[in-house]
Amino acid sequence: MTERALILGAKSAIAQAIAQRLAANGSGLVLAARDSAQLEPFAADLRLRRNAQVDLLEFDALDFDSFEPLPERVHQECGPFDLVVLVFGYLGNQQKAAQESAEGQKILHTNFTGAALILGHLANYLEERDRPGGIIGIGSVAGDRGRQSNYVYGAAKGGLSLFLQGLRNRLAGTPVHVMTVKPGFVDTPMTEGLEGLFLVAPPERVADDILRAFGKRRNTLYTPWFWRYIMLIIRCIPEPIFKRLKL
Amino acid sequence: MKRSAIAGWGLYPQVEATVERVRFPDDLISVIHQRKPLLPQGNCRSYGDACLFDRVVSCLPLDRLLEFDSERGILKVEAGITLHRITRFILPHGWFLPVTPGTKFPTLAGCLAADVHGKNHHVDGTIGDFVEEMELLLADGSLVNCSPQERPDLFQATLGGMGLTGFIYSATLRLRKVTSAFIQMRSIKTPSLSEACRIFADTRDDYTYSVAWIDCLSRGRQLGRSIVMLGNHAPVEAVEASDALSLPPEGKLSVPFFFPGFALNSWSVKAFNTLYYHRQWRRQVDSLVHFDPFFYPLDAIGHWNRIYGRSGFLQYQFVIPFADGQEIMAEILERIAHRGIASFLAVLKTMGTEHGLLSFPMPGYTLALDIPLRDSGIIPFLQELNQTVLRAGGRNYLAKDAILKREEFEAMYPRLDEFKQIKRQYDPEHLFRSHQSDRLGIS
Repeated sequence: MTERALILGAKSAIAQAIAQRLAANGSGLVLAARDSAQLEPFAADLRLRRNAQVDLLEFDALDFDSFEPLPERVHQECGPFDLVVLVFGYLGNQQKAAQESAEGQKILHTNFTGAALILGHLANYLEERDRPGGIIGIGSVAGDRGRQSNYVYGAAKGGLSLFLQGLRNRLAGTPVHVMTVKPGFVDTPMTEGLEGLFLVAPPERVADDILRAFGKRRNTLYTPWFWRYIMLIIRCIPEPIFKRLKL
Repeated sequence: MKRSAIAGWGLYPQVEATVERVRFPDDLISVIHQRKPLLPQGNCRSYGDACLFDRVVSCLPLDRLLEFDSERGILKVEAGITLHRITRFILPHGWFLPVTPGTKFPTLAGCLAADVHGKNHHVDGTIGDFVEEMELLLADGSLVNCSPQERPDLFQATLGGMGLTGFIYSATLRLRKVTSAFIQMRSIKTPSLSEACRIFADTRDDYTYSVAWIDCLSRGRQLGRSIVMLGNHAPVEAVEASDALSLPPEGKLSVPFFFPGFALNSWSVKAFNTLYYHRQWRRQVDSLVHFDPFFYPLDAIGHWNRIYGRSGFLQYQFVIPFADGQEIMAEILERIAHRGIASFLAVLKTMGTEHGLLSFPMPGYTLALDIPLRDSGIIPFLQELNQTVLRAGGRNYLAKDAILKREEFEAMYPRLDEFKQIKRQYDPEHLFRSHQSDRLGIS
């Protein structure tokens, strides 16, 4: 059972659905996000409804310098934690990223550099504690193959998947389990208002999937499940054909 | 932004709109700063066009509990929370909603905007009477408190203000202490309208809750035959249950598809009504019932609004003063019966005091009934009834209205000018609008 979870990017709909479930199971929570004061109502609700111990933590995925002392700071201020859930991400705008460095940088740095660096420090902390625990990293199906519609985001998320794979390999002999999650389209503010989305899953269902799979020590989770097969097909298309597709 | 079709609970009218969701208080501010007209929207449990506009901002994600004093029964919540979720939280602590309408699925914000009443209006008043304080996001982007002491004008105008004064972000409610989840109910079969009204008058000091179910299709001597239901919260001693404060199970039936229009006609409804009336053999029956079926009989069937078919229905609710009230009620019932308008549910009750600027209640009788929109003559027919209500000094309920005309509305709500003045002060650009407010000339 999780004693305390650190959730990075706690303002996202998936993060909040995960937090609800962890709190219902008696886990303490550290909710980290930019402008974390906005999470005060959410934290108040978890405290009242779930009797949970909830702390808020100011966290900016682009403030790399703040990462190294972060695990110890959380440990001191909120207490020891055994689960890290990394949910933050920035979808950005592919067209804009193709033109302007700033947008490309923000996509790459949020989804890959920031995510990988903070996970590195947190992995050290968890490994050192040497207690049952884990890291859940939210990648994306977009990271499985580069496509013209979102390859900057996809490259960053794909990079994160590789990084998580490496961590999993490194921590395999420890009680710390690393799981990569690749959600398809989830009904969140990130996808809201996009035209023509199909197979959209509610965040609650995705959160259930994630925690169930983590309980079973799965390594990689596609959620909803059928994305595993959709991406299998997409990965199998030969490059000479794939490069001509408008996906 | 993607546009989608939205409608109130009556499924009439249906309109295209962009629907934005706000998840954090700051989202509200950025929504306001776009300076485009909008309507705050809850769970669309009002029936007509009160919850509709081209651009709606859904407050459903703002559903968090903020503070709870379990000793004093004071609860502060984000106002996008539904009554259902509030009850599930407070009941195990021995508290209950001070006022609840006949469904548990509206948001608190929606209930405040319509200043809803319940079966206890004659003794307790509306939901607004139990509000200590509200936090409102105004048209200028500021988040302010209002209460009977602080900005009382804004407080008054917001209760019953149909969402036109600002976005109700949070509210602090005074709850009702209960020791069980059960209601001691007395149901009395009455052969006529006057008999039902007499029971209301005779029992008003003995029962917190009272309502009568009326068979709208019976005429002549049987006009207004009804079953009067009276109720009080049962004390824990009266309940033989291991857990007197137990919640109802979550699962429920649902109407999965639209009934074809012919499924409900005056014959099938007549049969249903006759069965319902004669289900009770004895004149008077006392029983102990759980609060959920007592307050929310129709909520047990999800999407019951679909039984009237795709063309939707109107719920017609009006209140008329006690003076001549019974005769006018009888006249209206006779006309409805004559027109043969099928209605499952016709609900009669007495109301107590008058409230805020656009609040519905006034001392008198109120009748509510569902009217399927099956032919084009129904709206003109109801507009004729509006005239009768108006002549009697009564008014229609905005939360259920889709057809009222501006002049009728202005005559029915004498404090409208005060409301408009306050709205101009807090929302000079008319940022908060609805299709209803446009139709009625409020915005």
